[in-house]
Amino acid sequence: MTAAARPRFAMYWGAACGGCDIAVLNLNEKLLDVAARFEIAFWPAVVDVKYADLEAMPDGSILLALFSGAIRNSENEEIARLLRRKSQLLVAFGACATEGGIPGLANLSSPAEIYSAAYDDGLSTLNPDGVRPVTRVTVPEGELRLPAFQRLVRTLDQVVPVDYFVPGCPPETARIAEIMDVVGAVLDGRAELPPPGSVLGAGASTVCDECTRERHEKRLASFVRLQSIAHLDPNLCLLEQGIPCNGPATRSGCGALCPSAGAQCIGCYGSADGAGAQGARLLSAFASIVDAREPLDIDRALAGIADPVGQFYRFGLAASPLRGGRKGVAGSSDGETTTASEASESGARRELVAGAAR
Amino acid sequence: MDGARFEPVIIGFTCNWCSYRAADLAGTARLKYPPNISLVRLMCSGRLDPAFVLEAFADGADGVLVTGCWPGDCHYLEQNYHALRRFQLLKRTLAGLGLEAQRLRLVWASAAEGARLAGEFTSFVEEVRDLGPLHWGAGGSISAGLRAAAPAEVAGRVEAAIAVTITDAVTDEVMA
Repeated sequence: MTAAARPRFAMYWGAACGGCDIAVLNLNEKLLDVAARFEIAFWPAVVDVKYADLEAMPDGSILLALFSGAIRNSENEEIARLLRRKSQLLVAFGACATEGGIPGLANLSSPAEIYSAAYDDGLSTLNPDGVRPVTRVTVPEGELRLPAFQRLVRTLDQVVPVDYFVPGCPPETARIAEIMDVVGAVLDGRAELPPPGSVLGAGASTVCDECTRERHEKRLASFVRLQSIAHLDPNLCLLEQGIPCNGPATRSGCGALCPSAGAQCIGCYGSADGAGAQGARLLSAFASIVDAREPLDIDRALAGIADPVGQFYRFGLAASPLRGGRKGVAGSSDGETTTASEASESGARRELVAGAAR
Repeated sequence: MDGARFEPVIIGFTCNWCSYRAADLAGTARLKYPPNISLVRLMCSGRLDPAFVLEAFADGADGVLVTGCWPGDCHYLEQNYHALRRFQLLKRTLAGLGLEAQRLRLVWASAAEGARLAGEFTSFVEEVRDLGPLHWGAGGSISAGLRAAAPAEVAGRVEAAIAVTITDAVTDEVMA
């Protein structure tokens, strides 16, 4: 089979940590099958292909593109749109692309606060001139441009239409291998493509259904944090031991890895039913098992959930109905497109002034 | 805002067996309360999925009122206790997201307490009016569903108020 005849594969990272790329590379020898079946057209973590090369490819010439990471800045958005145009199948790959993930927690803060935290307030930050990154700067060699920071972190499907969703932080390598098997079967004409919009590499139930711990009817005197428990029962449901475990509203697929290891599920596989529903479901589930009737007693019992927003929306804030905290969301004229480059403008002026003084 | 009074959009969830009857009684008795509150009848406060409240705020509500039978009086025995537990946790979650505590209120009312409930509606509307617009919804506008639910004059004034404050917000940010 010649290289030109092989279908093209792409993978990209937006606002991501690179863990999704590692999870794919963890396919080990199976990766050789992928490389044999596909021409790797674009994959910044693995091969050196420039954006201009991607741009030059005919529209629709990539068969399968995996997009990991959320949409945080104009570069993420630009490549998301470009990959959408160039690809027949665009997959939101991993928790950040499907539901915003950890980067989505930045939606709790305003762009100005994020800039202050990053460029002023850090204990090891020394920035007396208040320098901020700028989107354009002129140097003797010409003009340099940087991506613009956007007001809200968005999921991939809040920006472009998405064909399939693969949840997980990161998606489990065994599930990725299964997806690659399906892709292979489709290419060989042995299987049909799943219906558009399907969630791939995950179950249709919850983590609790995969968990082997014993379960009973739940009545809780109070919630406690895992680190404050001296003796954890190795066989009993974590929630029944008072540990806020996100299993009841989190999609299955991981094999209940964290609860098996004695740690609570943190919810990385996202909503078991419908994007954005996970937080409210967890809130409902946790509150309902508290064995108290007076407001003060209820509050005392629930105090062990130290950070409700972080507990319920650790991975799904950007996909939730509110999409973020009030400081991040409220007051924006358009949550979709308003960039926060304004937040860097004053810094830009200061930087230019500082440059002139030199 | 050109001196026009801010008209908040309020969603009120009522229980079929007591608080909805109380609101009905207020109407029968020709008691007046502000038109800003749109009531949604549920069979029980225990039916109130916290997602309903989050979506009301996301769709442009400025305040949400949850009502139900007095503890011990639930038509389904225990469900208003579940509502109370969820409410307590929801309040903390919304505080973590930056919402003022006054924008979410829980009121128990029996079917006989029409006058008291009308008073609660009025005081809640006034309290949220004092707080000003929330504008949490994406795009800072109220959704088609809420616009349909709110009386035309309220919806119109709300949109006008939104247009003004958004301009302010963006300008403030550029100046910051």
